[in-house]
Amino acid sequence: MAYLAFRTKLCRTPRSVEKNNNNGEQTPEPNALLDEKGRLLETLLPNVLSAFDVSIGISHDLMEVIVEPADVVAVCENLKNHSETLFNYLTCLSVVDYVEHLQVVYHLYSTQKKHKVVVKANVSSEEPSLPSVTSVWKGSDWYEREGHDLFGVIFESHPGLAPLILYEGFEGYPGRKSFPLHDYKEW
Amino acid sequence: MVLSVDGERVVDMEPHIGYLHRGSEKLCENELYVQIVTLFDRLDYISNLNNEMAFCRAVEKLMGLEVPERAEFIRVILCELNRVASHLLFVGTFGIDAGAMTPILYTFRDREKIQSMFEAVTGARMMHNFIRIGGVKSDVPEDFTDRVKLLRDELIQGINETDKLLSFNEIFLARTKGVGTIDADSAIAYGMSGPSLRACGVPMDVRKDEPYSVYDRFDFGIPIGENGDSWDRYYVRVEEMRQSLKIIDQALEQMPDGPTITPTRFILRPPAGEVYVRGENPRGEIGVYLVSNGTDRPYRVKIRPPSFCNLMALKEMIKNTYLADAVVILGSLDIVLGEVDR
Repeated sequence: MAYLAFRTKLCRTPRSVEKNNNNGEQTPEPNALLDEKGRLLETLLPNVLSAFDVSIGISHDLMEVIVEPADVVAVCENLKNHSETLFNYLTCLSVVDYVEHLQVVYHLYSTQKKHKVVVKANVSSEEPSLPSVTSVWKGSDWYEREGHDLFGVIFESHPGLAPLILYEGFEGYPGRKSFPLHDYKEW
Repeated sequence: MVLSVDGERVVDMEPHIGYLHRGSEKLCENELYVQIVTLFDRLDYISNLNNEMAFCRAVEKLMGLEVPERAEFIRVILCELNRVASHLLFVGTFGIDAGAMTPILYTFRDREKIQSMFEAVTGARMMHNFIRIGGVKSDVPEDFTDRVKLLRDELIQGINETDKLLSFNEIFLARTKGVGTIDADSAIAYGMSGPSLRACGVPMDVRKDEPYSVYDRFDFGIPIGENGDSWDRYYVRVEEMRQSLKIIDQALEQMPDGPTITPTRFILRPPAGEVYVRGENPRGEIGVYLVSNGTDRPYRVKIRPPSFCNLMALKEMIKNTYLADAVVILGSLDIVLGEVDR
């Protein structure tokens, strides 16, 4: 109880942060946090991805591309092979559970151009499935197996979606918000 | 790992991981921001401070929190010491993997000195919980500079000793040269990072490509290998220790006075949003993808562990080698299963 009281007392945001966020009357430009390479990418991306139905925006200090699940492989291949982007390095593949839908997030990096981008695809939480990008980057193999393990996302045409982190026969998807942290019987 | 062999040749291999899975990412979603730092300690338990720094940087970036300059210097010095300690452990254990018993005695002697230094500064030998959101827990002891300078001299001597003892030993060369080779393109395709990638000749280092903290103020080199074999992976790390000591040297000279932490509330509520930060760990590139919905707990924390990707590429290296070399190749990657499984 003492802890709870302590918590309610202190749960305001620190003053220094409030100052940074509100910024008085002026709202900062949406691309204020982008670095030089990010700004260059901001002008490049619409041309590179003009053939696809994507929405390009900004997520904090990164350029973000939201794609339809079916287009993921084509968009990724284009981003990897286009001479102006050359995203040859898959930094991270994560799955985020937003309860009403799941989001698969690809963080890409280019070892030559040294710029980065984030690609996102929303899939439904009941039947989450989207094409695998193992044909584009081999390194997505284990990330996708992990995503299948913990979130139940089915990556189509993946070479082998066997359990990676959990054991065979584990029931449920522990990464999801609906999976309880305590109160479940494992054995 | 399960190996399929044909006589003494390895035909195929499949790593089986997950025995150390603790659900760290799920736990992160249920803890306060300040409590998560301790969970990050336990991911890569050989380089705790580097992990802590990655998470703290993620929160600071999301909140737009400024870190005092002195704190940044203390962080850099400790992280680089941590890198040296981690690589020393690697050199010793890699020696054992290749059949050399002596080097580990030397490297553990040196590593022990760094651990004592950590104990003096942070109060704990491992699991420090010293780097906090907004700075570091406390200022360093008064005699810190002198002690680190002394430690630096001892370490340089120790590294040279081990280098002389092991690096160009004929048997060691025979066991490691040309064993477990991987070319740069497949290494990049697999997402390898850190010394293991640099051994293939790719000069990729987050500290140089995207300087974070105060790394842009130091002059240091990135050692790269030529062949991408086990020996290159080993020797890149030996050279990296020397570069780290160079950074420590410069950081000690430039370290300013001042506060060591920006005071924040105990319960942090970063604005809703998401950030991805990258940092250079001893084993490679760590990434933290932090999604916040404005409450006192993160909505999602995804950790990109360096060993995870390096281990994924093991299959490529280990195929068509001898069974006896499998251990050497695995050892040369310097994996920590705590962060592979999370």
